[in-house]
Amino acid sequence: MLGKLTWAAIPFDQPIPLTVGAGVLVVLLAVIAWVVIAGHLPYLWREWITSVDHKRIGVMYCLLALVMLLRGGSDAIMMRAQQAIAFHSQGYLPPEHYNQIFSAHGTIMIFFVGMPFVIGLMNFVVPLQLGVRDVAFPTLNSVGFWLTATGALLVNISLVVGEFARTGWLPYPPLSELTYSPGVGVDYYLWSLEISGVGTLVAGINLVTTVLKLRTKGMTYLRMPVFCWTTLAANLLIIAAFPILTATLAMLILDRYLGFHFFTNEAGGNVMMFMNLIWAWGHPEVYILVLPAFGIYSEIVPAFSGKPLFGYRSMVMATMAICIISFCVWLHHFFTMGAGPNVNAIFGIASMIIAVPTGVKIYNWLFTMYGGRIRFATPMMWSVGFMVTFIIGGLTGVLVAVPPADFLLHNSMFLIAHFHNVIIGGVLFGAFAGYTYWFPKAFGFRLHEGWGKAGFWFTLTGFYLTFFPLYAAGFLGMTRRMQHYDVAEWRPWMIAAGVGMVLLSIGVLSQVVQLVVSIRDRNSVSLRDVTGDPWDGRSLEWSTASPPPVFNFAVLPDVEGEDAYWKIKSRAREQGLLRREPEYRDIEMPRNSPTGFVCAFFATIMGFALIWHIWWMVALGGVGAFATFVAFAWRDHDEYVIPAAEVARIDRANREARLAALRARSAA
Amino acid sequence: MSDQHLHHPIDLAPGDEEEVRVGPRLVGYFTGFGLAVLLTATSFFVAGTHLVWQPSIPVALVVLAIAQMGVHLVFFIHITTDPDNTNNILALAFGLLIVFLVVGGSLWIMSNLNQNMPMPSMDQLMQMQR
Repeated sequence: MLGKLTWAAIPFDQPIPLTVGAGVLVVLLAVIAWVVIAGHLPYLWREWITSVDHKRIGVMYCLLALVMLLRGGSDAIMMRAQQAIAFHSQGYLPPEHYNQIFSAHGTIMIFFVGMPFVIGLMNFVVPLQLGVRDVAFPTLNSVGFWLTATGALLVNISLVVGEFARTGWLPYPPLSELTYSPGVGVDYYLWSLEISGVGTLVAGINLVTTVLKLRTKGMTYLRMPVFCWTTLAANLLIIAAFPILTATLAMLILDRYLGFHFFTNEAGGNVMMFMNLIWAWGHPEVYILVLPAFGIYSEIVPAFSGKPLFGYRSMVMATMAICIISFCVWLHHFFTMGAGPNVNAIFGIASMIIAVPTGVKIYNWLFTMYGGRIRFATPMMWSVGFMVTFIIGGLTGVLVAVPPADFLLHNSMFLIAHFHNVIIGGVLFGAFAGYTYWFPKAFGFRLHEGWGKAGFWFTLTGFYLTFFPLYAAGFLGMTRRMQHYDVAEWRPWMIAAGVGMVLLSIGVLSQVVQLVVSIRDRNSVSLRDVTGDPWDGRSLEWSTASPPPVFNFAVLPDVEGEDAYWKIKSRAREQGLLRREPEYRDIEMPRNSPTGFVCAFFATIMGFALIWHIWWMVALGGVGAFATFVAFAWRDHDEYVIPAAEVARIDRANREARLAALRARSAA
Repeated sequence: MSDQHLHHPIDLAPGDEEEVRVGPRLVGYFTGFGLAVLLTATSFFVAGTHLVWQPSIPVALVVLAIAQMGVHLVFFIHITTDPDNTNNILALAFGLLIVFLVVGGSLWIMSNLNQNMPMPSMDQLMQMQR
């Protein structure tokens, strides 16, 4: 009846996951109970869960990322604590638990923090920057988000029901095959990524179509903000790379479920093929994460330097060059597997070449700052912190791109330090920068600067103190994923890293406090964003109100050059007048749809049933998801009309605020 | 490309054509179908025949397969050289480039690995144990 699922699946003998799981469950139930009792459920259902508004979906993506960041961060704290104390002893985590933690940490941070954070920001910002009303396929967008949430949910269920993979964040066979991993851990990994992978692919198709097809009048390719360009590049990579991941994991699923021999040791299987395929996805994935972050910096640096971006066209060229070259370097993840010197040399050289366009970008940001009047607000702090940190991470990356050096450093703590250096310094700093930068646009008030700066400094120093000792430990020969060790030379570095982790945690905590304090003081003069342009921005998202009305722009803007909003604003400042009031028309917007949520509900059931071999439930989930899709395809009404008078009322309020700000400015 | 975009604000997805008359479209589809059948039949014929030099057969089959792809792209997927088809052409080119990089790269890498890291046969394993 219930397949492999029995009471034995609940880890009653392991206090840590059980108490954590119970705690999370209690908090979750309390939140749901509060929502229902306080009567917020209809609001939540109408305005968020069934929303197909790209802004709402973007916010939900970011929220998912922030919640999962806390989960993945707790894993990181546990690992650093274990390695700080497990010298000549077993520490406090038994090996099978420790292995699950490092696997879950990597999986969560890449798939359920990095991906939703950048996709959320792209979702929120890109239609606003392009001057349009929504993404190309609004309901599909909602489906994509909810399928991602399904994957995250399945990973979290594994905390209390069964176990998670012990194979590392990429389940290398033959360890991940049934012979060596008979439990459900790898199955949790596989199905959560198969399901959320569909969500990611859907988001990728949606955003590429949006950038290619839905630009406002005059928004030619070479007038798009650089963030839109990096969105295009990153989502082209999603479309090209994620099918490889899906197919590779599907082959592993066939091995585990139906006795195939793609990656087994026997019967002609080839484990090396798995490494090859998974990294053919894995390296583009790195750029899927970091290209949007580069785009975020390219928006923030000009805005806070009060200058146009230096070298716009070279920035576009560099972005597209990275997009292509990122598909030519994947072998550098397995130099040591034994390909010949020709192969290693070519891929090593390609890996060094990809640093060139990245270097171009760094110089462009530096020259943008040069001679500018720089305001060091929190988003700018993250950007400058990124430049310093990312250059160091990039340099160590060029070092491990040299095959002979890689033979010494492969799988050592040096590697761990390197990729955290680029992922935290590049992607996470970028996500935080974008979060603080666009938060007022999303909610109508800024985040508290003081707590934001505290968060930045603690995160920055904490990062250096945590990960630079790992470079040293790597040089001393320490390998990754060690549950305990007996080498005295490594100990001080591990303790230093543990202390750094404390600082990092304070940094994260500061940002939690920042959010709470900002929500509390949201109506204060210092935080409230009245005009919709709190940072003196340059691109179109700042030309509409904060938060933007559901239709984004009362009248779609007409773009005359790069930095579209800056031109409009400068003219208004010269003349002391806003543009003439436009002629308002009725606006058609897509209706809300529960399709995404219902599909994901059935997908969750199906995924869970597949993991535990409950076949009738698999059929139930599959049929349910398909029926939802068919019901959606047969819908009659998919749009509603916002009358011109309503549009006028909303837009006039914002025009008044802007006019008042303009007058106050010319009076000053 | 950006200038063309200005003149053609709505460029079309493959298969979405402005033309609605059925006649010419049917002719297109039947031409495509005829060519596809011809190419398929030729492939079967070539595979079984002794009329041509035997080692050339795989090459001939590859050529016929690529021609088949071309027929599908032109007559069924409606890839054209119109300016409003630029996005489709670019998407196709990008797809081909990535497939070439990944498949070609994988073949090169895996053949290299097979040469350098051969799996020991059962006999060799037995010998190692001795």
